[in-house]
Amino acid sequence: MAVPEDRAAKSGAGEFSQRHDPQRVQAGRELLSDSDVGRTIARMAHQIIEKTALDSGDPTVARVVLIGIPTRGTTLAHRLAGRIEEFSGVRPAIGSLDITLYRDDLRSKPHRPLERTSVPEGGIEDALVVLVDDVLFSGRTVRSALDGLRDLGRPRAVQLAVLIDRGHRELPIRADYVGKNVPTARTEDISVLLREHDGRDGVYLRQEGGNE
Amino acid sequence: MKHLLSVTDLDRDAATGLLDEAQRFEQALLGREVKKLPTLRGRTVMTVFFENSTRTRVSFEVAGKWMSADVINVSASSSSVSKGESLRDTALTLHAAGADALIVRHPASGAAHQIARWFAEMDEAASGYAGPGPAIINAGDGMHEHPTQALLDALTLRQRLGDLDGKRVVLVGDILHSRVARSNAFLLSTLGAEVVLVAPRTLLPVGVEAWPVRISDSLDAELPGADAVMMLRVQAERMNGGFFPSAREYSIRYGLNERRLKMLDERAVVLHPGPMLRGMEIGYTVADSPQAAVLQQVNNGVHMRMAVLFRLLVGTDEVVA
Repeated sequence: MAVPEDRAAKSGAGEFSQRHDPQRVQAGRELLSDSDVGRTIARMAHQIIEKTALDSGDPTVARVVLIGIPTRGTTLAHRLAGRIEEFSGVRPAIGSLDITLYRDDLRSKPHRPLERTSVPEGGIEDALVVLVDDVLFSGRTVRSALDGLRDLGRPRAVQLAVLIDRGHRELPIRADYVGKNVPTARTEDISVLLREHDGRDGVYLRQEGGNE
Repeated sequence: MKHLLSVTDLDRDAATGLLDEAQRFEQALLGREVKKLPTLRGRTVMTVFFENSTRTRVSFEVAGKWMSADVINVSASSSSVSKGESLRDTALTLHAAGADALIVRHPASGAAHQIARWFAEMDEAASGYAGPGPAIINAGDGMHEHPTQALLDALTLRQRLGDLDGKRVVLVGDILHSRVARSNAFLLSTLGAEVVLVAPRTLLPVGVEAWPVRISDSLDAELPGADAVMMLRVQAERMNGGFFPSAREYSIRYGLNERRLKMLDERAVVLHPGPMLRGMEIGYTVADSPQAAVLQQVNNGVHMRMAVLFRLLVGTDEVVA
């Protein structure tokens, strides 16, 4: 149930936080329970359908492509796509974009292995791309993802969907779909658990490093 | 990992990690309009080639350029080496000029190791150069090693055969002069494959008994059970005596012709590190058969070298706990 490095990379603006230890995650304050996570994803799916009109059948409406940022963003993108299909009958294409190669802090951080990148069938040319990630923090990951998207093609528009927005932006970036806004202190840490990786769903807030 | 000098520096996990990463680079580039990543922007990669090469130099250059590094090619004939500058001075000059990585090909075995040692001494003496020396990648040193070639061969085999554990790979020909054979023998056995060498006794190196391989005299006997055959070029430029009676006899005994290709399992892979001498160690049609993976090897070479540059040039040395 280890939390991957991209979580750690997002916490702490410049510095690398230590990786979560499951016991400590357990001890953190629960922000979303297992059933809350499911409900939140369903609500976001409805919002995406409403805002993109992907089920309107209108040929002038842009094709919707969900691009997840590994690892949990990709998982969320798959879940969102499932719900969107359930509610609207239209299944959006799904892709995955690893932003490791686009980070601007590669020289100052420990080595991180690449995650999977996959371009959806039909590419992203002229599509409405919805980037999906679990936590929005400094905005640097999203900036990297925007750079990465530019190399994949030219979407008609790009929107951003995140499960948690915890604030502390360092770049002028905001999300179009937010599961939950959580005001945090910089010393705090957010852990998103997803069934596919961690055996259960849940979002926890904890004090970074406790008394240290 | 600071340098890549020898495959013996890689344990099974490290080697598998590099292969996985190369695979992910291939995936990351798949379907892209623009094959250019900003990963190594502002880093300087220099290839220093004291011997001719097409594949290795070009694939390192492409790998560096696809990751936005500034790639500078230095060759012996166009540098002050032709005026008599020593290897040490050339290396120190490139260090001082700001290289972040030196990719070294040299006709003398151990050249890359020697450069790494000089840089380490300089670093220890703290003689005014800023920071530690560049990362050194051995791109072939004499008859010794060619680690990135062995890695890309392993990647090609893994793509064609799946996990290498227990697979039988037959290396055929001029083992003595072949750094590719040496690196492959060690890396493939690290990865769990069974390696068989088939060569004239005169073309086996001293000490081959200590290698993790089996030695055989008969190519015909080894072909039916092989999962892969790696043909090696007969390196006439390194031969200063009669290692075998005639090219024709060598070709008859150790060449992979159409008759021998039929003895192979149809899923078995034929590798050749290039350049191929068609008609000598490999038949004309064999080299173009679907079992031959020669161009796939070249293609993998780029991704493999991206993975190596990424591993050596990106990230601090500290390991994520």
